Amino acid sequence: MTPGTTSNQHAIELVVNDKPRAVTVESRTTLADCLRSQLGLTGTHLGCEHGVCGACTVLVDGRTARGCLMLAAQADGCRITTVEGLSGDGELAPLQQAFWNCHGLQCGYCTPGILMTLTELLADDPRADENAIRLALSGHLCRCTGYQNIVAAALAAVECLRGNA
Amino acid sequence: MNDTPTRQVGERIRRIEDPALLRGAGRFVGDIELPGMLHAAFVRSPYAHALVTHIDVTDALATPGVVAVMAARDIARGLTTLRMPLGFPTTTLPPNITPFVLTPEEVCFAGEAVALVLATSRYTAEDGAGVVAVDYEPLPVLADCRDALKADAPKVRRESSDNVLCTFNVGYGDCAGAFAGAAHVFGEQLHQHRGGAHPMEGRGIVANYDKFAGSLSVWSSTQMSHELQFTVAAMLGIAEQSVRVVAPDVGGGFGAKFLVYPEEIAIAAAARLHACPVKWIEDRAEHFVSAIQERDQHWDVEIAVDGDGLILGVRGRMIHDQGAYTPQGINCPYNAATAVTGSYVVPNYNLDVFVAQTNKVFTIPVRGAGYPEGTFVMERLLDRAAHELGIDRALIRERNLVTAAKMPYVKPLKNRAGHAITLDSGDYPACQAKVLDVIDYAGFAERKKAARAQGRHIGIGMAHGVKGTGRGPFESASVKVSPSGRITVSTGAMAMGQGISTALAQIAAEALGATMDSIDVIAGDTAAISMGIGGFASRQTLTAGSSVLLAARKVNDKARKVASQMLEVSADDLVLRDGNVEVRGVPEMSVPLTRIARLLRGIPGYDLPRGVGAGLEATAHWEPDAMAYANAFHACEVEVDVETGGVTLLRYVAIQDSGRLVNPLIVEGQVHGGIVHGIGNALFEYMRYDENAQPISTTFADYLLPTSTEIPHLEVLFMESPSATNPLGVKGVGEVGTIPVTSAIASAVDDALSEYGVRIRAVPIDPVRVVEMIDAAQVGT
Amino acid sequence: MKPSPFVLHTPRSVAQALDLLAGSDNARVLAGGQSLMPMLNMRLAAPDVLVDINRIEALAYIREEQGEIAIGAMTRQRDVEFSALVADRLPLMKEAILQVGHRQTRNRGTLGGSLCHLDPSAEMPSVMMAMDATLHVQSARGHRTLSMAQFAEGMMTTALAPDEILTGVRIRPWASAHGWCFVEFARRHGDFAVVSAAAMVELDRQGLIAHASLTLGGLAATPLRNPAAEQALIGRSDEAGFDQAAALVQQCDALDDPAFPSWYRRRLATRLLRRAIGSAFQRANARGANA
Repeated sequence: MTPGTTSNQHAIELVVNDKPRAVTVESRTTLADCLRSQLGLTGTHLGCEHGVCGACTVLVDGRTARGCLMLAAQADGCRITTVEGLSGDGELAPLQQAFWNCHGLQCGYCTPGILMTLTELLADDPRADENAIRLALSGHLCRCTGYQNIVAAALAAVECLRGNA
Repeated sequence: MNDTPTRQVGERIRRIEDPALLRGAGRFVGDIELPGMLHAAFVRSPYAHALVTHIDVTDALATPGVVAVMAARDIARGLTTLRMPLGFPTTTLPPNITPFVLTPEEVCFAGEAVALVLATSRYTAEDGAGVVAVDYEPLPVLADCRDALKADAPKVRRESSDNVLCTFNVGYGDCAGAFAGAAHVFGEQLHQHRGGAHPMEGRGIVANYDKFAGSLSVWSSTQMSHELQFTVAAMLGIAEQSVRVVAPDVGGGFGAKFLVYPEEIAIAAAARLHACPVKWIEDRAEHFVSAIQERDQHWDVEIAVDGDGLILGVRGRMIHDQGAYTPQGINCPYNAATAVTGSYVVPNYNLDVFVAQTNKVFTIPVRGAGYPEGTFVMERLLDRAAHELGIDRALIRERNLVTAAKMPYVKPLKNRAGHAITLDSGDYPACQAKVLDVIDYAGFAERKKAARAQGRHIGIGMAHGVKGTGRGPFESASVKVSPSGRITVSTGAMAMGQGISTALAQIAAEALGATMDSIDVIAGDTAAISMGIGGFASRQTLTAGSSVLLAARKVNDKARKVASQMLEVSADDLVLRDGNVEVRGVPEMSVPLTRIARLLRGIPGYDLPRGVGAGLEATAHWEPDAMAYANAFHACEVEVDVETGGVTLLRYVAIQDSGRLVNPLIVEGQVHGGIVHGIGNALFEYMRYDENAQPISTTFADYLLPTSTEIPHLEVLFMESPSATNPLGVKGVGEVGTIPVTSAIASAVDDALSEYGVRIRAVPIDPVRVVEMIDAAQVGT
Repeated sequence: MKPSPFVLHTPRSVAQALDLLAGSDNARVLAGGQSLMPMLNMRLAAPDVLVDINRIEALAYIREEQGEIAIGAMTRQRDVEFSALVADRLPLMKEAILQVGHRQTRNRGTLGGSLCHLDPSAEMPSVMMAMDATLHVQSARGHRTLSMAQFAEGMMTTALAPDEILTGVRIRPWASAHGWCFVEFARRHGDFAVVSAAAMVELDRQGLIAHASLTLGGLAATPLRNPAAEQALIGRSDEAGFDQAAALVQQCDALDDPAFPSWYRRRLATRLLRRAIGSAFQRANARGANA
């Protein structure tokens, strides 16, 4: 083992939902577990821990990533956004509001990850159509909704954001 | 409820559950952290069948973070019995068929738990579990349920005298006579497979033993809090009132959580033995091998029809894969067997059922609960008969459906509660006509021809489905108005994503003239109400909703009686609105509910208002006399790629009649989810095992759930035929959308491949098999 | 599903990474993590040392070098997807990358990671095989280059020694008038293909195929070029010629598993290759006409 630079414990600093956070993690701690257990951000859920279901999706420097497929130590110096960062305790963000209005969630377990993907998509493509939305959502599994009202909510959010533009 | 000033029932009201979930502020069992909590991991058998000859925990105990390792004999110290009770107790099943909390000497499926590791984190618990050295002596394996009927097959469990758990017969009439005299008889061999439930949140439990109070608090992702409370108390040998079970936010159930599992008892016992909080969160790998599935049914059936396609009889036999143990009962094969005749008039019926044990994880119902299988049998037989007789598939259904004029239609079959299956209301032919109109069934032949000219193979399919909903024996609800004005609805019904809290709040709000935001719903907390049954069989809006309605009406009556004494007007002239009891038409003459609630709480030494009793609250345990039969008709268009065998859904139209809709917004969502679950069963989800009963499809990359790109926009319509079985006039919703899906898609694939004479006889539809069938047809020509 | 313990190193340079690998037993290189992390979580991989090369910025690039396109091993699949250079010069790769996983995995997943994982039906190894890419490999001992055929030794097995890192690939683009097509059959969008087919063709002045590259993924343990079929296409522009070329795939040995038996994989290979040839030819024709 190389002395000095690395070991089994890593003191990392990251900005989570616009707040600087410092935490010491084990090498093997995943980003999702760090967020949930060490930073208390339990809105990010674990559904499969092998990168398929998408429930743990968060934004890392503005880009979606599976929280179960990243080590917390890899997020050192990164800007992380989780579902808790979408609107804090304030008014629901337009995307969240659209999910509420359109019944875009049922048990709500997959929802945080899906909100993060759609946040990225709508930032990239504010005029995303149903096809683009379904493609983005294909990286998520939802057992409750059949995806239909998630798509409807995303389209409603597109409309809303266009109205505000 | 004509008197109520604010209509809530029937409105598209946004769910009260949502804001917290959308903020990531939901509280699921995995989110619970308690001081001093230990984390559990199970050591699971890699063998489908073996003797456990030795367990060495030395290395595990030496692993950093590991606190304890418990095998069967260790956990037994904290239990009255090591064996789980049968979920639905009956004298008709043999003894010793349930799983163990931890198996003491024989493992009977791959994934069965043999030991439990407690450690300071899940990471270290898994480190420990990985080095528990278990010596196994492999035993012969029974992998295919059809082999269970063979005399020389290996035994699934050494203690079990017969691999066939039980056989039963369902039927009525004179099948032999009907078949003997029939113009036509057509037979089919069908294989149906339904995999796991796969809620996105797996199972999970946190148990905390308070040694000073002698009480145990349990948070579990369960569909049955009260049953878990009673079972934990009985198996740990403590008083029921010393056990509190809370279901926090539950990330979906779909049947997987309608069972008290061995793991839950193990964790509760471990928490008590170690006097500290213990947490176990099932990971996906565990869900694949140790949570319930529905799995295989093999049907060998035939239908007798006259020259016009009128059904004379259906008969045959079915083998159901029960798995290695029977934790609950035989309700899934029973439902399947009694669901066959479904929406149709079938004069004679006879089915022999063999419940076959295998060295695979045990089965109980998944969303749909055997009804999709029964439906598939009938719908496939009808398509076959239509094809053979040259009758249109819509027409043969029309000729055999139970019509609206026949409602209520009593079938000579009993549901598992022993009541006659009585289709209570609905207009099945009208449902069919509506959907076929929307999907332009009449114009399909032209569309098919045009597509064929482009080299495309498209097909249209259809199927009916009907499901008994709202099973008893009761569901509990209490409604209480507190002096603060908050209204609390407590129920034994379980919230697991369906929106039951919103639906119950709507019912209470309307009955009390209250606004939605004045109502709090507590579901699944045994401290909030003493009895409860839980979430299964599309029952909760019907049963718990009826109880809420009755309890809220009692509260309404109480409030008006008290106000009538205060205002000196007849209670009949009073109405509840926005937190007040007011004289109808004279809103300035009113009494706030808060004041009545305060009065009924009692003031020491003073009398209560006359004739109403203490508390502005009431509890009801409404008991249904009969199930309410909800029905659906689905039609879809598919395209089959004849080179790959791939099936693409082009269009999907569904109608559902769930009686009166409490909240159409929620109901639509339930139907969408139900249909897509069915699409998974029709096209994607296959829990594959090898010949040694080793599970193979144990990741989401191998076991395929439907994704957004594979699902077309679903067109969902409703018919509302109120049910007289309950005071709300509702029928169940959640499972109904799933029931016709495999049938409708199989029908459409047949149609797309009509030129090859392909008939789908197994679901999920396997592209490899589709290509094989096309090849066989081409060789034949 | 939590990884077993390991020591994590985060080198900033290739040289540091190579030193770490040279000095470690049972080490694994962590690229984008979209394949290795699930294996760690499932404890199917349990290295003592993990060398995370995500911080080595020098390994992430897409650029033109002496007429070739050079792509760094740590280039994210997303960057391949949105690269104008790739779209313009390597349209086969562009078409294939859109079928790799999902946007969430392409954000992290890397070209090098996909090549080193070497799933038999993964898209990027097939593209490298189709385009005769050169793979650049380094260790503390030195540098070597490999063809994809040399690199892809067997089922999920590369020619990399334990102390070596794949640093990048170089691909020589075909002439702008070439035609290409990447098609696959997957059960769901974004899944690994059951079988994929890649076709590239160049036409002569008469519009006949002068040069062809035909590659099948998911048919064998590694992506498979089919020289016989390529040869059979030379001088052809007719459907029957395309049929004959594609049919040669029926001779191949194929993977066999309970879900997708070998006869079915061969069938898919034949049919998908036929489609790919047809589309590639049409595109070449259209490009030729526009040129």
